[in-house]
Amino acid sequence: MQRCHGREIVAGIMFEQSKPALGSEIVAEASMAYTGTAIGASELAATGGDGSDDLKRHFRLGESLIHSVLVACGVLSMLTTLGIVIVLGIESWRFFRVPEVTLWEFVTNTVWQPRINEFGMLPLLSATLMTSFIAMLVALPLGLMAAIYMSEYATPRTRGVLKPVLELLAGIPTVVYGYFALTFMTPLLRTILGKDIVEIYNTASAGIVIGILIIPLVASMSEDALRAVPSGLREAAYGLGGTKFETAIQVVLPAALSGVTAAFIVAVARAVGETMVVALAAGAGPNLTANPFVGAETITGHIARISGGDLSYDSIDYQSIFALAFVLFLMTLSLNIFSRWLMRRFRQEYQ
Amino acid sequence: MAIQTKMATGTSSSSASTLADMTSGGGMAAPAARTHDGPLAIEARNMNIYYGNFHAVRDINLQVEPRKITALIGPSGCGKSTVLRAFNRMNDLVASARVEGEVLFNGRNIYAPEVDAVEVRRRIGMVFQKPNPFPKSIYDNVAWGAKVNGFKGDMDGLVEQALRNAALWDEVKDKLKQSGYSLSGGQQQRLCIARAIAIKPEIILMDEPCSALDPIATLAIEDLMKELVEKYTIMIVTHNMQQAARVSDYTAFFMVDPKRTGHLVEYGPTRQLFTNPKEKRTEDYITGRFG
Repeated sequence: MQRCHGREIVAGIMFEQSKPALGSEIVAEASMAYTGTAIGASELAATGGDGSDDLKRHFRLGESLIHSVLVACGVLSMLTTLGIVIVLGIESWRFFRVPEVTLWEFVTNTVWQPRINEFGMLPLLSATLMTSFIAMLVALPLGLMAAIYMSEYATPRTRGVLKPVLELLAGIPTVVYGYFALTFMTPLLRTILGKDIVEIYNTASAGIVIGILIIPLVASMSEDALRAVPSGLREAAYGLGGTKFETAIQVVLPAALSGVTAAFIVAVARAVGETMVVALAAGAGPNLTANPFVGAETITGHIARISGGDLSYDSIDYQSIFALAFVLFLMTLSLNIFSRWLMRRFRQEYQ
Repeated sequence: MAIQTKMATGTSSSSASTLADMTSGGGMAAPAARTHDGPLAIEARNMNIYYGNFHAVRDINLQVEPRKITALIGPSGCGKSTVLRAFNRMNDLVASARVEGEVLFNGRNIYAPEVDAVEVRRRIGMVFQKPNPFPKSIYDNVAWGAKVNGFKGDMDGLVEQALRNAALWDEVKDKLKQSGYSLSGGQQQRLCIARAIAIKPEIILMDEPCSALDPIATLAIEDLMKELVEKYTIMIVTHNMQQAARVSDYTAFFMVDPKRTGHLVEYGPTRQLFTNPKEKRTEDYITGRFG
C-alpha cells in the first residue's frame, strides 16, 4: 500500500512540474509566431521549467538570423521581378492611354515611326521572329548533334574536355558576338552571295551568330536530357542488336524528347531576348520584310537604340519602349512556362 | 575457322577434343560430363574478365547445351552477371571492361577482332533484371528489334507471334497502340521477352529476370521459360536457388575468392548439383550454410 501511495505522489509531482513547462512552451511558441521578437521568446523560455526539461525547445539566435536573411534574399529577388513587371505594366498602360495609340493599331499597323505617330509593332516583331528563326535553324541541328555526340558517343574523358569548352563559348560577352557578326559573318555572306544581295546590315548574319551563341545552351541542356534517359533503355536497344546510331536516334532521343524540346524553347527565349548582336549587326531601322539579307530592327535592337538616345521622360517614344518590352516579356515568359511544363512531364515519365 | 587460329589460346575447334582438354586440364571448374557429342549452343573457353585492373572473373570454361535452360547461381559479386553479359558482348558497353579467352558460338569466337558485336547481339538476345520497355507503344516495342534487324515481312504477324510466344497476346491484343509503360511489371517483363524473341535469336540470356517481380508474375515467367526452351537456348542468372532448381536443366555455381575474383566452382545437371554436389562449397551454398 505504501509503495503504491508513494508512486502516486511521484506521479503528482511530475504532473505539477510538467504543467508550467508545457504552458510556457505554448506561450513562447505563440510569441514567436506573432511578435517574432527574440527578447520575448527567450524571456518566456527562461521563466518556464527549472532547467530540468532537456527536450525543451531552444531559441537559437544564429539560426533565426540566417533564416531571416535567406528569406529576405528570396523575397527581394521576387519583389524585384514583380517591380519590373509592374513598371512595365503601368508604363505600357499609360502608352495605350495616349489618344494617338490604340492596342489594335499597335498589333496590326505595319509601320513603326514614333516621330509621325505610327506605332505598329509588326516590323519589329517580324525582325525578332526572323533572327530567332534563323538562330534556331543553326542552333537546333548543331546543338542537338553535339549533345548526341557527348552523351552517346564520346568517352568520359572526351566529354570531360568538350563540355567545359562548349560552356566556355557561352561565357563570351555578347558584344563580341555582335562584332563577330558585323565584321566576319556579314562579309562572309556578302562574299558568298554577292554584295548586291546582302546588305551591310542584315538579319541573316545576326541570326546565324545568335545561333552560334546559343549552341552551348541547346547542347548542354539536351545532353542533360539525353543522359537522364535510364541506361536500361540503351542496354535493351543494344541487346536487340541496335547499332549506336539506331539506339541514339530511335530509342534515347525519343525518350528524352520532352527534355530536348524544353532545351529548344529556352534557347528560343534566349534568341528572342538577345540584344547586342542584333543591335550591332541587324540594322537600325524598322523594316517589315521577309528578306533576311536586308536590314531590319528587332524589338530588342529598337529598345537598345531608342533608350540609348536622348529620350525625354514621359514622351510617347519613352512609353512606347515599355509596351515593346512588355511584349518581349510576355513572349519569353510564356516560352519559359511552357518549357517548365515540359520538363515536369519529362521527369514523371520513368518514375 | 581462320578466326580461331588468330586467337592466343590456339585450341582446336572440335567440341569433343575441348572436353578432353578441360577434363585433363583440371582447372577449378570441373565441367559437366557430357553424355553426348552434339554441337554446343555456346561455349566459353578460358575466359577472364577484367574491369580496369580488377580481375572480375577468372578461367571460366562453360559448355552450354542447346535448347536447355542453364542457370548461373552464386553469391552476390561472384561475377555471374558479368559472365552472362560476356556471352553477347554486352560488356563492350562498359568502357573499362576487357574480356580474354574465347567464346565460341557456331564455331566462331565472338571476340575475334573481325566479329561485329551488333551481329552477335542479333543472334544472342537479352532480357534484363528490371523490365525496360522502350517509351513506345507495345507494338513498336516488339517491332523495333525486328526493324533494325532489317525484317521486311509481315510485321503484324511477327508481333502477334512474339507476343503469343511470350504469353502476353491475350492481355494486350486490344491495346497494342498503348505505351509499354501502361503494363504491370510482370507484363512489362513478358513484353521484353517478346521483344527479344521477335528478332528470332538462337540464345536468350536472362539476367535475374524475375527479381523485380512478385511471386505470381515470377511463376508466369518461369512457365514461359519452360515453353521457350523448346525453341531457344536459355541462360539465366538468378539469386533464387529455388528458381534455379525449378526451371533449369544445368546449373553453374560461382564463387568469389579472397581477391574478389569470381570463378566457376561446379557445373553440371541441375538435379545432380542440387542433390549430389561434388564440391563441398557447392553443398554449403545450396544448403544455405553461407551466401
